[in-house]
Amino acid sequence: MTDVATPATAATPPARGRPVALGPPGPEPTASGRFEGFGGQFVPETLIPALEELEAEFRVAWTSDGFRTEFADLLTNYAGRPTPVTECANLSDRLGVRVLLKREDLTHTGSHKINNVLGQALLTRRMGKRRVIAETGAGQHGVATATACALFGLDCTVFMGAVDVERQALNVWRMQLLGAEVVPVQSGSRTLKDAVNDALRDWVATVESTHYCIGSVVGPHPYPWIVREFQRVVGDEARAQCLAHLGRDPDVVIACVGGGSNAIGTFTGFVDSPARLIGVEAGGLGIESGRHGASVARGVPGVLHGARSLFLQDEAGQILEAHSISAGLDYPGVGPEHAGLAAAGRAEYVSATDEVALEGFRLLSETEGIVPALEPAHAIGWLARAAGNEVPAGATVLVTMSGRGDKDAAQVAEILRLR
Amino acid sequence: MNLGPHLTARRDAGASLLVPYVTGGLGDDWADVVRAVVDAGADAVEIGIPFSDPVMDGPTIQAASVRALEAGTTSTSILAEVRTLDVGVPLAVMTYCNLVFHAGCTRFAEALHAAGVDGAILPDLPLGEIDEWAAAADAAGVETVMLAAPNTTDARLDAICARSRGFLYGVSLMGITGERDSLATSAAEIARRAKAATDLPVLLGVGISTPEQAADASRAADGVVVGSALIARLLDGAGPDGAHDLVAAFRRALDGD
Ligand SMILES: Cc1ncc(COP(=O)(O)O)c(C=O)c1O
Repeated sequence: MTDVATPATAATPPARGRPVALGPPGPEPTASGRFEGFGGQFVPETLIPALEELEAEFRVAWTSDGFRTEFADLLTNYAGRPTPVTECANLSDRLGVRVLLKREDLTHTGSHKINNVLGQALLTRRMGKRRVIAETGAGQHGVATATACALFGLDCTVFMGAVDVERQALNVWRMQLLGAEVVPVQSGSRTLKDAVNDALRDWVATVESTHYCIGSVVGPHPYPWIVREFQRVVGDEARAQCLAHLGRDPDVVIACVGGGSNAIGTFTGFVDSPARLIGVEAGGLGIESGRHGASVARGVPGVLHGARSLFLQDEAGQILEAHSISAGLDYPGVGPEHAGLAAAGRAEYVSATDEVALEGFRLLSETEGIVPALEPAHAIGWLARAAGNEVPAGATVLVTMSGRGDKDAAQVAEILRLR
Repeated sequence: MNLGPHLTARRDAGASLLVPYVTGGLGDDWADVVRAVVDAGADAVEIGIPFSDPVMDGPTIQAASVRALEAGTTSTSILAEVRTLDVGVPLAVMTYCNLVFHAGCTRFAEALHAAGVDGAILPDLPLGEIDEWAAAADAAGVETVMLAAPNTTDARLDAICARSRGFLYGVSLMGITGERDSLATSAAEIARRAKAATDLPVLLGVGISTPEQAADASRAADGVVVGSALIARLLDGAGPDGAHDLVAAFRRALDGD
């Protein structure tokens, strides 16, 4: 495709002195796309050729020097990687544990979502497709996708639950500014789950010309694998940075879990280390209230959005609506690799309520001058309460700061004003 | 009664096959709707078990699913009513695979069989994932109808036809269920390819919206599945009588009068 814009990054020197070094390709799921039995390809027949094409394309791309160089270059000179690991002296004093943050909030567009999107945009161009669709919850993946589409000259349509269009108005405007069409989704719970449904429905009709740029490690094989590979730069970088800075691995690695992409990207870097891996899910109004997004804690095995994984369901097998203060965690399922890590006992999954997330939001802002997105504010809030008990005093803890809080400032201001 | 033998016999006798789709639990009188469409000339009936996240369905069937679910419909409540139907034509259930796995493949297949259901159509269970369900369905005597799409390759189409039971469901267009202004050009092509690949009856579905389109489609295929066109009427309150009128019009068009 010569007529799709090729961003002129190849000749530019790395902005921060040091280019991104991608780790080698990671472990693959089984041939049927399974992680410990979770995953697979539960989609209408119409989508099968596109999934086969995508897998074949990715397989070639991900082992080709040309693709890897171009991806690393975009991550370096466009997205602003590598992101730093920041020592949080004030917060550490307060909590009695040593806290380090992996700063995905400092990337272009303000969250880890850009890593995956740049990789998928390169794949889209390789496949000769001209249109990209995406779902978005908080709007961060939508903004990242719209950004990459602007850069690559691709048409972009973003499906967003009508509820989320309301609570993330700033991101809606950003997507439109970037040239994307934002489609408010009125079906079901009108949040992220329904945005994925409508994106899949669009894709069934447009699959021959359109790439579906899924925003997390969810969906049918090969998506959970591809998105993990594009996000593992987070964990690979953080592991090397910890080794350089601490001389060893951290004791605990924590990340928030919506679909699970920032968490799996982080965990993959540490999965063969001795570190405890902890995913923090949305506790919403409290697990006992039934209004939450804790799919590992309270989900049961099932099939949604093309994969077998853990989902919140009623006794009859209907998918329940999730609830979270944060649009990015408001999803009743989790990526299949997380279901596999939980089943294998390699990662632990806990939850933080809306209230605890708000505590985390304020705490990090006040102690470190870093305003977190509401999603990673769950991880901070959970750690603040767990420090000294579930996380022993004196432990060294790495938390992935998956995004910055600008998008949430208006919503949190309104919540606090009403009190 | 078995789905495949019944439809094959009807086809071989020269009929164009008509299979209407009715969402189970849509209104208190949905079982009467099933009786009415059989009375109007349906050769079999597809009964939808509503799922919260039906990705193969457009707004019409989504709305019907929501309405049925809000009324408390479950697989169990639908099958309990199906058991009492006794309409004299085969019945196939159409649903999404989460409901099957949630119940367990063997339990679900046995429940279908016990309710007198002959076939199952699971649009989000493609060939590569079919084995666990297919084994349970075969063992319980439930015929699993496979779907083929316009972009299905020839090699895959052969494998799909080989695994299909009852009939082969040809998806007439690239897209989800819902009414369309005209019959897609892809319809005749997938029907032709499927008929070359199998002796099973080949029915076209998805987007067949009017009696004229059905007649058109049946020139290439052995018959049609009619979903959204009927459901849209039912959502508007047509009831069993309205359903009867519509299906009778499809029947006349397919019979060429
Ligand atoms: C900043 C941020 N963190 C986390 C998430 C949750 O997604 P995931 O679990 O895939 O990282 C989102 C999703 O919108 C997000 O915007």
